[in-house]
Amino acid sequence: MKPDLKIVFAGHVDHGKSTLVGRLLHETGNISPAKVAELAGAARRRGVPFEWSFVVDALQAERDQAVTIDATRAWFSWAGRRYAIIDAPGHREFLRNMVSGAAEADAAILVVDAVEGVGEQTRRHARVLSLLGIRETVVAVNKMDAVGWDASRFEQVREECRALLGTCQLRARGTVPISAREADNLIAASDRMPWYRGAPLIELLADLEPSPAPADAPARMRVQDVYREGETRIAVGRLDGGTIAAGDTIVVLPSGSRATVRSIERWNSPERKIAIAGESIGLTFREPVYIARGDVISREAQPPALGYGFRTVCFWLAETPPVIGEHLTLQMGPTSVRVAPEGFEGVLDSGSLEICSTEKIPRYAVIELRLRAGALLAADEYATLPGAARFVLLRGHDIAAGGFITEVLGSREAHVQPEAHLVAPSERARRNGHRGAVIWLTGLSASGKSTLATALERRLFSAGAAVYTLDGDNLRVGLNNDLGFSGADRAENIRRVGEVAALFADAGMIVITAFISPMARDRALARRAAGDHFHEVYVRADLATCERRDPKGLYKKARAGEIAEFTGISAPYEPPIEAEFIIDTQEFALDRCVQDLFDYVAAAANLGEWIATRSI
Amino acid sequence: MTATSNRGLDALEAESIYILREANKCVQPLCALWSMGKDSTALLWLARKAFFGRVPFPVALLDTEMELPEVYEFRDRIAREWNLDLRVELCPPESSIEGGLPPAARSAARKTYGLRRILEREKYRGVLVGIRRDEQATRAKERIFSPRSPEGDWDVRHQPSEFWGHYATDVPEGAHVRIHPLLHWTEVDVWRYHQRENIPFVSLYLARGGKRYRSLGEKNITVPIESTAGNIEEIIAELEVTRAPERAGRLMDHEREDAFERLRATGYM
Repeated sequence: MKPDLKIVFAGHVDHGKSTLVGRLLHETGNISPAKVAELAGAARRRGVPFEWSFVVDALQAERDQAVTIDATRAWFSWAGRRYAIIDAPGHREFLRNMVSGAAEADAAILVVDAVEGVGEQTRRHARVLSLLGIRETVVAVNKMDAVGWDASRFEQVREECRALLGTCQLRARGTVPISAREADNLIAASDRMPWYRGAPLIELLADLEPSPAPADAPARMRVQDVYREGETRIAVGRLDGGTIAAGDTIVVLPSGSRATVRSIERWNSPERKIAIAGESIGLTFREPVYIARGDVISREAQPPALGYGFRTVCFWLAETPPVIGEHLTLQMGPTSVRVAPEGFEGVLDSGSLEICSTEKIPRYAVIELRLRAGALLAADEYATLPGAARFVLLRGHDIAAGGFITEVLGSREAHVQPEAHLVAPSERARRNGHRGAVIWLTGLSASGKSTLATALERRLFSAGAAVYTLDGDNLRVGLNNDLGFSGADRAENIRRVGEVAALFADAGMIVITAFISPMARDRALARRAAGDHFHEVYVRADLATCERRDPKGLYKKARAGEIAEFTGISAPYEPPIEAEFIIDTQEFALDRCVQDLFDYVAAAANLGEWIATRSI
Repeated sequence: MTATSNRGLDALEAESIYILREANKCVQPLCALWSMGKDSTALLWLARKAFFGRVPFPVALLDTEMELPEVYEFRDRIAREWNLDLRVELCPPESSIEGGLPPAARSAARKTYGLRRILEREKYRGVLVGIRRDEQATRAKERIFSPRSPEGDWDVRHQPSEFWGHYATDVPEGAHVRIHPLLHWTEVDVWRYHQRENIPFVSLYLARGGKRYRSLGEKNITVPIESTAGNIEEIIAELEVTRAPERAGRLMDHEREDAFERLRATGYM
């Protein structure tokens, strides 16, 4: 039996997609006469002519305006095969709905009006289909009745479409002249177009094949969650490519830890020692290993690349285009990192398919965008593994764009690090009961950093964590007693704090730092030193509040000119734009701030989340 | 409808498990609605698959006290055997439903009100519901993660983008997300899955005296269909040749052209 095929019907608004879908469902015997009578009766009561599109345009607003607003799905069977039809809206305003429907499809029918020819949304949909990874298409030149069944007009439109599909790297399995309204060339050859010698639409659909699950690709599983079953910890997720079997050595990225798969966990399923692409599974391991949501599990051979910088191609759905430096979230399945656009490398108007200036980016543009991530991200490149290179960008809570990574910049693929120490980081974590971490507090003087640091240290220590606070008092006395307070010395002070903190974290401890650290560049250096361990926490209170608190009278002295270059008064403070966590000491009382921060750190350091599978 | 291949069922099952795990991780507190019908029972079965034998969230039941007796017996047995954290919510009487709806829809709207009450009291952020696209044309337009306003309204004109397994899991304070793990399944898929997994179901789905329930609703607004199907194999064979819609026996769908859309826009499942 042939597998189900999911087909999206795409194309310009009013070119007849919904009418074709409704008609096809009817002609293949998949709509009951009672349903047709119900729709016809409703149309009569409303005083509008019956349209086949009413079968799928179920919303009142859609029937009132005779336009499809949201994608829908309908099923029909023909010659022993089941088809799921996705009817996508053609109106420009509803592109996000078109994408939501089309992304699921195996193949596409591009519906083009014989009178109007290729329209703006025809081009846009063709481009988007290609970006969504669809390759197989059939072109249906609709409304042939309106051009008097004219062969030469069909040829013109076919040429237009051929050029368009070529530009978009789509392959046409056939181009068929039809009339959806009159049912010509849908199921049987039309005797009104004897000049057409090809197959009717339904037969062209039968030739399309869904893309197989990539079982021969490198193994990739992005971890959704970790469950505890008694002593056992199970990492769950969907295997997006390849296979994983019991006994395999796997690598967890970005940490680079290795482990051996003890078992593949399923419930009430026949036991199989191997999982293949597409399955939702659980994995247990022979050795203790850190795993958390968002981690990528791969085999030792062919792991994904690791990097902070990425070249990408994005189709932009949000109303406002990307802004350099703005704060976005990149998601690849359960993996989520903060990113900022770093530069435009090309912009394409998806309606005209013409290159345009990066100065004025049109709506729904296809943008070649360079992104910078706030944390190390494990990802594949489109050319090698298209499915594993896809991501979405969120602005706030909403999807702003979809896209894929074309290049991981400065890839650290080769850096899946060999164990340099005889003591593995996982062993330290196992003993400590948590991961190492740098909790980097930054904020104005008197914003509450030291108070928070002291209280947090006490709480973490009481909870059994290995924790230590670095502040001006314990560093300036010894390590940094050669430094003064010039701009350069202050920067060097922070650099050393960052390096020391990174060593503490590498040794498995949670280290809290409490420094104003006003310059974004200095904090970025500290972040680089500590890598994944780094957590920037912005302790926020405005200048007026801090000046009112002024416990050491420093603001007063600064105002009086007794202290030079005092942050906030006579020297700048650059607030973090990508802080992992923000504590608002102006708004909330100390107890609440300490509790929030403790909760954050406990989660960030996996306190109590330690995965310790018993060895066999 | 042509029978689903085993591979097709595997793919549907894997997607539903993925959705359930995302919901459980990202949307808390979470509950599942259970009507004791074949779909929401399959949904609970899939939850047991996803969480290795247990259902980790409460199972809410919007009770109109109008279900058929066999349905209540089935509820008590399954809740015990599957160790469900069952929360029965008595729906307010029909007399408290505001006007404007035709009689059967008005009766069905009792569940909307019951759901609102339980959401207000328990502050659930996520509600798992076993609806499917092929059941009804407005359900066909749904998202897998479908945000609702604090009033429970479905804003069908402004649904979030949803592709490549990225779902809208964040909602404003007071609002909630409806999560539909079975959205891409069809009626035949659900029966095939029942058959393959040997999932228990209410015997009213099987023919007795030439009639069976194809879709189970309250006894006052649901009618059985003519059928001789005495087991799942025969149900599937029957579905493969019928063109009658699944919900033909659900009176509230057919009273007025937009009756069901109006029910759903104000929070019905």
